[in-house]
Amino acid sequence: MAIVSLKKLTKRYGNMEIVHGIDLDVSDREFIALVGPSGCGKSTTLRMIAGLEDISGGTIEIGDRIVNDLPPRSRNISMVFQSYALYPHMTVRENLGFSLKIAGAPKEEMDRRVAEASAILGLDALLERRPSQLSGGQRQRVAMGRAIVRDPDVFLFDEPLSNLDAKLRTQMRTEIKKLHAKVKSTVIYVTHDQIEAMTLADRIVIMRDGYIEQVGTPDEVFQRPATRFVAGFIGSPPMNLHEATVADGNVVFAGGQSLPLPGRFKANVSAGDKVVFGLRPDDLYPVGHGLHSGDAADVHEIELPVTVTEPLGNETLVFAEFDRRDWVSRMLNPKPLKAGDRVAMHFDLSRAHLFSAETGKSLRV
Amino acid sequence: MEANASARLKRRVATVAHRVGLFLAMLFICLPGIWIVLSSLRPTVEILAKPPVWIPQQVSLDAYVAMFSGVGKGGIPVVDYFRNSLIISVTSTVIAIAIGMAGGYAFARYRFRGKSAMFLGLMLTRTVPGIALSLPLFFVYARLDIIDTHFGLILAYVALNVPFTIWLIDGFFRQVPKDLAEAAQIDGCTRWQAFWQVEFPLAGPGIASAGIFAFLTSWNEFALASQLTRSINSKTLPVGLLDYTAEFTIDWRGMCALAVVMIIPALILTFIVQKHLVGGLTSGAVKG
Repeated sequence: MAIVSLKKLTKRYGNMEIVHGIDLDVSDREFIALVGPSGCGKSTTLRMIAGLEDISGGTIEIGDRIVNDLPPRSRNISMVFQSYALYPHMTVRENLGFSLKIAGAPKEEMDRRVAEASAILGLDALLERRPSQLSGGQRQRVAMGRAIVRDPDVFLFDEPLSNLDAKLRTQMRTEIKKLHAKVKSTVIYVTHDQIEAMTLADRIVIMRDGYIEQVGTPDEVFQRPATRFVAGFIGSPPMNLHEATVADGNVVFAGGQSLPLPGRFKANVSAGDKVVFGLRPDDLYPVGHGLHSGDAADVHEIELPVTVTEPLGNETLVFAEFDRRDWVSRMLNPKPLKAGDRVAMHFDLSRAHLFSAETGKSLRV
Repeated sequence: MEANASARLKRRVATVAHRVGLFLAMLFICLPGIWIVLSSLRPTVEILAKPPVWIPQQVSLDAYVAMFSGVGKGGIPVVDYFRNSLIISVTSTVIAIAIGMAGGYAFARYRFRGKSAMFLGLMLTRTVPGIALSLPLFFVYARLDIIDTHFGLILAYVALNVPFTIWLIDGFFRQVPKDLAEAAQIDGCTRWQAFWQVEFPLAGPGIASAGIFAFLTSWNEFALASQLTRSINSKTLPVGLLDYTAEFTIDWRGMCALAVVMIIPALILTFIVQKHLVGGLTSGAVKG
């Protein structure tokens, strides 16, 4: 049983506050991802949970204990570092068994637990090698094995896949997911890669400048982003976000073009409000090539010139100009298009987002 | 076929030329050492001959026999000197390394006020020539009554070596990724255990080389030792060389023989430690 609970957690370096009193509850066996751009405080938060950084305020609870001032070794956690941090002077076997050796475990138990971890991760053939003789993916696996052997309450991952190439990253992502299904521990996973966060996590915590912007399931943060920042951060390619002003039932963009104001926002805005209009590439598509059927009442058709196309095989990203800016759209079952072509686009306004330009908060009712 | 054969021949010739060149360069570098060994084996007449005699005509171990045959029979108290040198060099090296490790680690890992000023200060002490300090040091030592003691010389050598060992060891600890110590702490180590289990073994080669430097500095040091020692209580081998100078004569052969005796332990030590100097241990610690 390991619930992790952060209350008003704060980190200051001198006068600089890096993490501003965040609250977060992670339930037992939950896989939670902390995601955000670099410098958002996610790694610092993880390191505070690990005990590698002192906390400047608030409390950290692991299990039912407040661990604020406990050293890392007393928190019963394990951590996988971005750099893997394997001990270069030890073999894989010694790396895996190091924590047990320090704890003074009997040899039989050490052998058994190293064998277990090695079996789970397929390291049997590598046990006598040194880290320098391993490939990146193998090192990554050893780092995870070292974490498993400790049988911790909480696994902490600090950008574990960012040193791997794209193909290996996808593969290891799947392995981490399988691993979590097997070991059933609480996991806190830091990444700057929103796809990793989406694919792995039960819940995602999006951080920015030391604040939590939103906590939610992958579906929630994708479908109902709470802020403009989350809307822009989650999703690839990112959501089209453009500043506009509300005027009699329309949103009017800077260049003078306008779109009808979706009905569900009407109660929350009044004429003259500065807003940010958001539409995912999936909800803007050449007619007949969309994810959705396009017969909803709120679908709006406009003919636009194409500026750039990016074919991806099963789909093509089409950049089209509207209101003198590029809007990204996703064309399924792509047909050949080239720059300069004019194409009829569907704006699915039932799926549009609206944020306050001032606070960045969603204006959904 | 023809082209291949001639290319192969060319490569062989180049290899041979390369080796001959290296041999000549090494010979040139080693010449003073070789000259000392040769001179310890032949009579003074031959040593001083002009033009120089390259191939010794009469080889004998007389100088070595005389050296160990005791005072009054042309010998010097070489065993005492050797013992003094060993005690002073080893002790001062151990202390300098202990301080160097603590200091180097602190400089590499911790942030504290005045760190760079302190580091610069340590380096500046190296700019003062030891000989310039010998007179003031002599006065202070005389007042403290520690002239002609092991302690006095050990103290001087520790002071001489500490800045350099700190600087060298700092560099080696910097190369050990911080993540490793952190990983060790998460794996259950205390800060102290993490140091000894992970950081120390990885910085080991660097610490060993700092040790060699410190040892050789103490072992070979002459200027300070000649001022601060008086008798067989504390005279070291380099100072012992002076025993071969008399008012009107210098026993070059004996001096060279003692020099050989001095060089041998230093050579042996370097050979023993050299395999630990091979770097690259930290490769593979981090990154893919």
